[in-house]
Amino acid sequence: MSREKITPDITQKETVKISEISEENILDCLQCSKCTAGCPAIHGMDILPHQVIRLLQLGQVDKLLNSETIWSCASCFTCASRCPRDVDISKLMEALRLMVIRVKGSNKLKVEKIPKLLQKNMPQQGIVSGFRKYVK
Amino acid sequence: MQRVGVFICWCGTNISNTVNIDEVMTAVENMPGVAYSKDYQYMCSEIGQNLVKDTIKEHNLNRIVVASCSPRMHESTFRKAAEAAGLNPYLLEIANIREHCSWVHKDKEAATQKAISLTRAAVAKAILNDELIPGEVGVERRALVIGGGIAGIQTALDIADAGYEVDLVEKTPSIGGKMAQLDKTFPTLDCSACILTPKMVDASMSSKINLYTYSEVEEVSGFVGNFEVAIRQKARSVDMEKCTGCGICLAKCPIKTALSEFEEGLSNRPAIYTPFPQAVPNVPVIDRETCMKFRTGRCGVCEKVCPTKAVDYDQKDQILNKKYGAIIVTTGYDLIDLDYFGEYQYMDHPDVITGLEFERLVNAAGPTGGKLIRPSDKKKPKKVVFIQCVGSRDKSDRGKSYCSKICCMYTAKHAMLLKDKYPDSEAYVFYIDVRTAGKGFEEFQRRAVENYGVNYIKGMVGKIFPTNNKLQVNGVDSLSGEILQIDADMVVLAAATKAKPEADDVARMLSISTDSDSFFSEAHPKLRPVETHCAGIYLAGACQGPKDIPETVAQASAAAVKAIGVLSKSKLVNNPCVSEVDKSICSGCLACADMCPYEAISEKIVEEKANGKIVGRRVAEVNETLCQGCGGCTVTCRPGAIDLKGFSNKQILAEVDAICR
Amino acid sequence: MNYSYYPGCTLKTKARDLEESALNSAQALGVNLVEQEEWQCCGAVYPLASDEIATKLSSVRSLVAAHEKGEKLVTLCSACHQVIKRVNHDMKTKEDIRDKVNNYLQLKEDYQGESKVIHYLELLRDDIGFEALAKKVKVSLEGRKIAAYYGCLLLRPKEIMEFDDPERPTVLEDFLECLGANVINYPYKTECCGGYLSIDKEKVVQKMVNNIISSALEQGAKEIVTACPLCKYNLENSSLYNKEDISISYFTELLAEALDVDVKED
Repeated sequence: MSREKITPDITQKETVKISEISEENILDCLQCSKCTAGCPAIHGMDILPHQVIRLLQLGQVDKLLNSETIWSCASCFTCASRCPRDVDISKLMEALRLMVIRVKGSNKLKVEKIPKLLQKNMPQQGIVSGFRKYVK
Repeated sequence: MQRVGVFICWCGTNISNTVNIDEVMTAVENMPGVAYSKDYQYMCSEIGQNLVKDTIKEHNLNRIVVASCSPRMHESTFRKAAEAAGLNPYLLEIANIREHCSWVHKDKEAATQKAISLTRAAVAKAILNDELIPGEVGVERRALVIGGGIAGIQTALDIADAGYEVDLVEKTPSIGGKMAQLDKTFPTLDCSACILTPKMVDASMSSKINLYTYSEVEEVSGFVGNFEVAIRQKARSVDMEKCTGCGICLAKCPIKTALSEFEEGLSNRPAIYTPFPQAVPNVPVIDRETCMKFRTGRCGVCEKVCPTKAVDYDQKDQILNKKYGAIIVTTGYDLIDLDYFGEYQYMDHPDVITGLEFERLVNAAGPTGGKLIRPSDKKKPKKVVFIQCVGSRDKSDRGKSYCSKICCMYTAKHAMLLKDKYPDSEAYVFYIDVRTAGKGFEEFQRRAVENYGVNYIKGMVGKIFPTNNKLQVNGVDSLSGEILQIDADMVVLAAATKAKPEADDVARMLSISTDSDSFFSEAHPKLRPVETHCAGIYLAGACQGPKDIPETVAQASAAAVKAIGVLSKSKLVNNPCVSEVDKSICSGCLACADMCPYEAISEKIVEEKANGKIVGRRVAEVNETLCQGCGGCTVTCRPGAIDLKGFSNKQILAEVDAICR
Repeated sequence: MNYSYYPGCTLKTKARDLEESALNSAQALGVNLVEQEEWQCCGAVYPLASDEIATKLSSVRSLVAAHEKGEKLVTLCSACHQVIKRVNHDMKTKEDIRDKVNNYLQLKEDYQGESKVIHYLELLRDDIGFEALAKKVKVSLEGRKIAAYYGCLLLRPKEIMEFDDPERPTVLEDFLECLGANVINYPYKTECCGGYLSIDKEKVVQKMVNNIISSALEQGAKEIVTACPLCKYNLENSSLYNKEDISISYFTELLAEALDVDVKED
C-alpha cells in the first residue's frame, strides 16, 4: 500500500457538484459518527459513512467514486433520520452514485442481467429500484 | 440663541472606515445653529471627554451633539461630561452613526450621507431640548428571589448577609433544587448534600430570609425599586406552624404508589410527602391528585395520626401581595424529554437511565441506599455504557443545538463512581468531543482514563438492541473505524439540558427576554452577564444557559451584588423623560389612562372660571414616578395635549424634517 | 367511502396476495378502493437527487388524477408509498421542482401538492379506526405470536412520511392487537432488510435479514408481517428462514383472515 500526501480542497468542482445534486451542506457535519454507528449495511462498506463526509470535507471525491460503500448503501435513511446535524447522508450517497453512472457507459447494472433476476422470483419492485439506482 | 457644539467620533476605525469624517465635518459646519464642531478618534476616552468639557466653556456652548455609537453605550458618559461643564445633561443628544450606520453599511458614500442626515436630525432636536430635572423615588428595600435551587439559595444568603430582607419563592415543597439530587460533585468529588444542606439550613434560619416553598410568583408589575408582586402559596394541606416534621403521616399514608419526583421516578412516595429527608422546610404536603381523601372523600388517616393536628384538608391557596426593590430569577433547568430518541430504548427499557437517575442510584440516601443495581433485576451491573451528547449539539428537531456543558464532567464522575463501587466493572464512554474547560477539570477527566481505566470511545451509539438479559450497544470507534458491539448491563444517557418549560411565561410576566432556546437573556453577553434589559431584574444559574455549580454560585453572588446595589440606595433617580399634560387643551376623555400600561395617569378636577363662575373640569394627570416614558399616551391623545419630555412632538418632527431635507 | 387506489408494479405480479387481501378486506369494511385508470410505475425508489424531475412525473400524474377526483390516494406497497408521498411533499414545498414539473406537464391547472397520500395502514388507523376495526373481527388471531416488521420506507424521513415515530412505531402492533394477536416486540423491527441490494450484494443482505429474523425468533415470534414485497422477499431469502419456525406474510393477509374474507389462491 502506498500513501500519498493530499492537500485538502473543498472548492474543487466535484465537491461543488455533489453539494448541488444533494442540496446538503457537508460542513454541518461535526464527525460524531452516529451515521456509521447505526448503519445496517456497514459490513458491506470499505469507507465508513462518517468517513465519506470527512473525505468530502477534504475534497477527496475520487476515493469515494471508487469505493464499495456507495453501492452498499440501501437508502434506508436510518443515518439521515438520526443525524444530529440534519445532514441527509443518503442524498450524498446518491449524488456520489450519480457522479459515476451519469458518465456514459458506466452503468452499474447491466440490462442483460435482468432476465436472470426475474427467474429468481425477485419482486419487480426490487428490479425497478435497482435499475433506477444503478443505471442512467 | 442656541449655540450647538457637534463632536464626531471615529470610534477607532469602526466609524471612520465606512463614514468619510471630513465630509461629515464640512456638512456639520454649515448646519444652522452649529457654533463649533470637532472630530476625534476616541471621543469616549478621557481626552475626548475633556475636549467636550473644555469646549463647552471656551465656546460658550449650550447644546451638545455627539455623533458616535449607540446611546445605550455612551449617552450617560457624555451626559456626565456635559454636567461637569455646567450644562444640564439633557441638553445633550447622541447621533448614532455606528450601530445605525457604519456597522450596517458597506457603501462609504451612502453611509457618509446617512451619517450627515443622522447628525443633522440630532442637531435639529438638540436645539429644541429643554433642561430636565429628574425626580426621585423611594426604594423598597427587600429582594425577591424566584427559584430555590443552589443559585437562589446563594443569592438569598448573600443579600441577607448584606442586611436586607429577601423572600425566596420555590415551586416545589422544598428548596434545594437539582443540586440536592446529586450524589458527588466534580471536580473534587465532595458530597453534594454535605455542602448544600448547610446552606439550605442557613437560608431557613436566617432572620432576613423568608421561604415561600410550594409557591409560585403569579403577577409582577412596577419597576426597579418598586416592584409589586403577587405570590400564590399553594395549599399544602398541612399547617406549617403546627407541623413538627415527625413524619408519622408519611409512614401511615395508605397510598404509596405516586412516583417520587425527587428520586426521578425510581421509587414511590406516599400521597402526603416531603420530597426528601433533609427537605427545608421539613413540612409535608398532600399531593391532592393522588390522595384518597381528596379523590374519594374517604381515608383521613394522616389527620387522625397527626399528633399536633397540623393536617388541614380545607386549606386554600393564598395570594400574597408584596413589594420589592429588586428581583433575581434563578429558576434553573431541566433535562430534555427522550421520547424521540427511541434508538436508545430509554422509554422501553428500565436499565437505560439518565445521568440524573444515575445520581440517585449511587446516592446513599437514594432508592437503593446507595447500592448501584440495575433497575430491572436488582443485579449489580458489570458493564456500563455512558453515552454523551444525547440531544446536545443536535440541531435536528429532536435535540438542542448548544453544548450542555456539564455532561462531559459528570459522565467522567459517574464512570469513576462506578469503578469505585465495583473495581471489576467496565465503563465505556461514547463521546463526540471531551470538553473540560474549567479549573481542575481536565485533570479530573484524565484521571478517569489514566487511573480508573475508563474506556473512552470517540464515536457514537447507533442503536441499543435489548436482548434477553443484556443491552446490546452498537456503536463505532470513529478514530480506528472499528465497529463496536458491547453487551452492556446498563446504559446511562447524558441527556441535553434545556430551559424550564415555563421559562417563556416567566419571561413574559417579568418583561424580560429569552433566547431562541428559552434561556433568559442577559443584558450584555460579556459586560452585563447577570443583568436583564429590565432594570432591577437579575439572573443567576442555569436559567440563563447551561452551567455547572461553581459557575452558578459565582453568578448568584454577582446577581446578589447587583441587587444590593439597588437596595442600598434610599432613593433612585427617576427618568425625567416622562409625559406631561397640557391641561388647557386636555378634553378629559382619559383615553390616555386606559392606554397607560403603568397606571400612571389618573383624572384630576381643575377649577377654572367660566361665565364668571368657578367650575370644576376633568383633566388627565400624570404620576411622574409611575410613568416609564413609553409615549403610548402621546399618540392616544386626540387633542394632542400630552407630550413626552425630551421626546416632544415638536422635537420628533424637527428630526424628521432634518432627515428629509 | 371512495378512495383513489394506486397499486404499483409488484402488486399486479409477484405480490398479488397483498393486493387481493387488501382490496377484499376493504370491501368487507365498506371502503371502496377504486384503482386509478392510467397509473404508471412510480419508479420504486424516490429520486434523491435535487436535479431529477423526469423520474417524479409518474407520481405526479397519479397525484393529479386523485386531486381531480377529490379523493385521498391510497397506496399499499411501502416503496410506492414512500415515492408518491415524497414527490407530493416536493410539489408542495419545493418551488423549483413544482415549476419544472408543471411546465412540463402543461396541466389545465398547476398542481401544488393538494392531494393527500395515505398508506392502507393509515386508512385503517385514521379513517376507519382500530377500535371500529376490532369490532368487525370474525376470526380472532388470539394466541398467535406475531411480530411486526416495518422496514425503512414507511417511516423515514419522519417529517415527510408523517406516519409514525421512526424509532418506536406502534401502528402495526396496534393493528395486530385489534385483530387479537399476541404481539411480539423486538428491537430489529425498524432495521432495513437490505432492499434492492439483493440484486448484487447478497452477502450484505444475508447479514441484515438474519439479524432481523434472529431477533424476532429470540423474542418468541412465530410469524412476521410486513407491508413491503421486497422486505418479504429478502426475509424469505434469509438462511435462518424456515416456514415451520417463522412464517412471513403481508399484514393484509392477516386482516383478511381475521375478517373472514376469501382470498383467491394462485
